Order: sequence, then structure tokens, then C-alpha cells
Amino acid sequence: MPITEIRVAGFGGQGVIMAATVIGKALCIYEQGYSTMTQNFGPEARGGACSAQVILSKEPILYPYVTGTDASIMMSQEAFAKFAGEIKPDGVLLIEQDLVRVSNVKTGVRVYGVPATRLAEQLGKRMMQNIVMVGFFGAVTGFVTAEALKQAVLDSVPPHTREANVKAFEAGYEYGKALLAGETVEAPVPA
Amino acid sequence: MKADPKGVLTGTHFMDGDHACCEGALAGGARFAAGYPITPSTEIVERFSSRIPVVGGVFIQMEDELAASITLQGAVWGGAKAFTVTSGPGFSLMMEHIGYAAMTETPCVFVDVQRGGPSTGLPTLPAQGDMMQARWGSHGDYEMIALCPNSPQECFDLTIRAFNLAEQFRTPVMFMMDECVGHMTEKVVIPPAEEIEVTPRRITSRKPGDFQLFEPCADQVPDMVEAGQGYHFHVTGLTHSENGYPSMTVKSQEKLVKRLCSKIRDNFDKISLNEETDLENADVAVVAYGITSRVAMRAIRIVRERGFKVNNRKIRVGMYRLITPWPFPDERIHALAGRIRGFVVPELNLGQMCREVQRAAGGHAVTIPVPHAGGTVHDPETIVAAILEAAK
Repeated sequence: MPITEIRVAGFGGQGVIMAATVIGKALCIYEQGYSTMTQNFGPEARGGACSAQVILSKEPILYPYVTGTDASIMMSQEAFAKFAGEIKPDGVLLIEQDLVRVSNVKTGVRVYGVPATRLAEQLGKRMMQNIVMVGFFGAVTGFVTAEALKQAVLDSVPPHTREANVKAFEAGYEYGKALLAGETVEAPVPA
Repeated sequence: MKADPKGVLTGTHFMDGDHACCEGALAGGARFAAGYPITPSTEIVERFSSRIPVVGGVFIQMEDELAASITLQGAVWGGAKAFTVTSGPGFSLMMEHIGYAAMTETPCVFVDVQRGGPSTGLPTLPAQGDMMQARWGSHGDYEMIALCPNSPQECFDLTIRAFNLAEQFRTPVMFMMDECVGHMTEKVVIPPAEEIEVTPRRITSRKPGDFQLFEPCADQVPDMVEAGQGYHFHVTGLTHSENGYPSMTVKSQEKLVKRLCSKIRDNFDKISLNEETDLENADVAVVAYGITSRVAMRAIRIVRERGFKVNNRKIRVGMYRLITPWPFPDERIHALAGRIRGFVVPELNLGQMCREVQRAAGGHAVTIPVPHAGGTVHDPETIVAAILEAAK
């Protein structure tokens, strides 16, 4: 059974679990697929290490944990150090480029960076950087459609933040599409 | 009867097993919970405490598990459907009151989200080490009903079933989750209230004076009343006669305790719900429950994909999934033992339900345990190796 395995990792407080929830929800509720999300459950709080696993499939999922990832979304250096090794040789590594310095990645792994925090700050709220990452993930991997991801964002965030979060999603998505097209992407200057 | 729409969150959700269990309890009619929250079960009562003011009911955070497990029984005799939620260390503390519920025939549900043990063990990691405790943990003779979900959807569906079985047989029911299923988020479909069957309390139609609280009906289960309905009644953990008052004689003990067991054993077909996959003509049957059943199914697929053979014939392997491990399906396992080569029993403990399989098999087929001390799920390859061993 073909399955797609994803890891989302970063600091507690970056919205790691929310990002994983949006991806999982998008496929199983808005695309009629199956998804299983598990979070590594420990004494994490803001600032500590935090990670979640998402498995996507067209059929019911049996084994609950990832064994090698097709896509890893890394939002902190610690996350990269801990989880980079589990990326499959043909997998994709998506990083918050201002927070992760990449070194010693397996041959074949494609690395894409996005200044998610800066893009979110430009839109007014740094905490939406996780939704920027989700948009970027959608554009680069195509594992879940943009429409389903956007629906899942709308369904997951507090109602009064919906508009802002959709903008954050679109910022990440457009950044990813432009990057894939080989365009020079203008990132906002750090504040 | 149909579920009360107030407690039913109809819709399609992306929800973890703990939250789904809470929604199942609400849909199943639970309007009272008492708990001493403990990882990894906390989210169940956390959600209950936030939902119940809207639905209408009570949650009490108690001083400890002893209090929680007896308070819920007071609520039941007051007319509520009630449950408590815990994990290994708390489950150990609740044993005395589980026996009290069995003896007093108090319909209620105990949810145990199993984590690594013994003692405090692994608070945030999965195990299935409380399976025998669920069956034998309290002293004396009684029979037990237990259910094991393997997905958040089943956490919803089977919690309703747990409440229904508790009411139908006036007995405590153990809902045996594991940390993996409890903290796993998947799609959960909650149907409209009118599609959910809920078993009402078996309230007697007899008048006060013509009713005895422990006089069995045809199915060996006595009807009930609730406090405030005008019936004088007495509930005690002491051996009692049908009128509910202590009667500590050999005759009363034999009559009561034998009925506590036979009301479950003789109604096995109404209680038991187990799932058979590809067992016709199988060489090997994997017996599993909870999260391990999903890992075992992956192992079965691996065996098929790799085309392993014994005597030039592909190994045929199926699954017997225990959804209700208690009462144990002795007869079915015995029948399977007569026509397969062996059972493989993976579980997140060092050997509990495998003993039941071995006992029921009665020497007609080998039983190969695949023990795991807990903390994560099995590597499917360990189960594959056991399947190959059993097929020899």
C-alpha cells in the first residue's frame, strides 16, 4: 500500500502540531483519503523540542508511526539535527531557512527553504509562520491539494483569524510555486 | 432507544482517540464523570469537563482514584450513566471498587488508557499490560466485559457499546485503550443522534413492595430502580439475597456469585464482538487487539507480499482480532486450533492474552507469543518471524 510519511518538527509554540493537524485533516476530510497524525508526547512546552508525524494514504492506515519520511518540515536547528536522518533518499526537506542551517543531508534529498517567520511577520503575526510552512509544503510537494489545505486551515484556526491565516497560507504557497518555477523570490528583509 | 441529540456532536472530525472516547461517552448517554486525571487519559475528562456544562451533567475532579471509582457508582444509583477514566497506576487503585460494581451490579464504564508499567512506568508511551488486571484485578469471582478499540473511530463507536453492555447486563465494563490509540488523530465520523442506538437503564415496571433489586429476570440480570423513585432499596458489597440485604450464608454466596458469572458467560453471544479476517483455510492465525492489531495486519501483508512458502505452498495467514477480549472467545479459539497450525499472539506486554489463547487451544495448535515490554509498537518484522515459525 503506497503511503506518504511526513514529519513536522520545531520548537513548542511554533505551531508544529497545528501544521500537522492541518495537513492530516486536509487529506482525510477534504480529499476523502486517510491520514493518521501522532505527536511525540513529552513534557514539551514553549521553547522545547516538538514533533508530529503524519501518514497519508488512499487506503486505511495500519502502522501508526513513520519509518522514513517522504517530506520533513523542519522549523528549528534542533529538529533538523534530530530528524534529518529519517528522510528517504528521494524525500523532500522543507526548512524555515532563517532558523535551520542544512548540512550533511543524504544524496538525493531535495532541500527547499522559505523565510516563513519573516513572511508571517510581514502579514502582521509571527505565530502564523506554521501556516506559511503548510502553504509552502502544499506548493512544493503536491501531496495534498491547495484547496483542501486551505479548507483545513479555515476549519482549524479561530474564526477571527481565518482571513489572516488564509493570507499566510497563500504567501507560503506562492513562495513555493515561484521557487519551483526558478524565479528569483524576494524575501522580506529581516526586521 | 435513540441517543439524546444534546450529547451527539454529529459530523466528520479529525480527532484523537481520547477525545473520540469522550464523544462516545456523551453520545452513549454519560452525564456524570468522576476522575483523577492521569496521562495518557487526561484529554478524555478534560474534554468532558468542557462539554458537559453545555450538554447538561456533572464532572467532578476527585481527590484520588479510590474516590473517583466509587463516586461514579453513587451517581449511577442516582440515575445517571457514569464513567471514570484512568491509566495503569490509577487503574490499580480502582480495583476494589470495580469489585464493588460487579458485586452490586452497578452499570458503569471504566476507561483505562494503557501506558507502560508496572508502577509509574512510561506515562506518555503505549503498553497493553493491564489486560489481565482488567479481568482478574479485584478479588473474588466475577466475570468481566472488556473492549479494545484500535482507532479513534472505534474509540467513539465502542465507548457507546461499552455503555450499552453495562446497562444491558448491569455490570462494570472495562474500556481498554492504549496510549497510541488514545493520542492518535484520525477521521472520526459521528452519525446523527437518530442513528445511534443507546440501551436505557433496565428500570423495573413492578411497583414498590413487589420488587427486589437483585431478583434476576429471564436473562439472569436483575432490573433496577434509581434513588428517589419511591422504592426502598439497599446496596451492599456484602453477600446479599435478592432483596439486597446482607445474607452471609454459603447458600446465598453460591447463588449470587454463580449468577454474577453466568449472566456474562451465558450471554456470551450477545456480548462478544470479534473480527475474523482471511481465516478460512489459514495455516496461521494472528490473535491481536488494540493498536497491535494494526501492526499485526501490516505484518500479515508483508508475509503475503514476500510470498513466503512452507512445503512449496504459500503461507496462508489470517487475523482474529479481539474487540471484546473479555469474556474470552474460548470456543472459537478452540475450533480454530483444530484446523490451523499455530497462533501468533503479539501484544505490548510480556505475555498475557497469549496464555488465554494457549489455554483455549488446548494443545491442538501451537501458540507463539510475540512479547514487547511497551514504550512503542512492535516492529512488524518480529511478527513476520513468528508467523513463519508458526507455519512450519
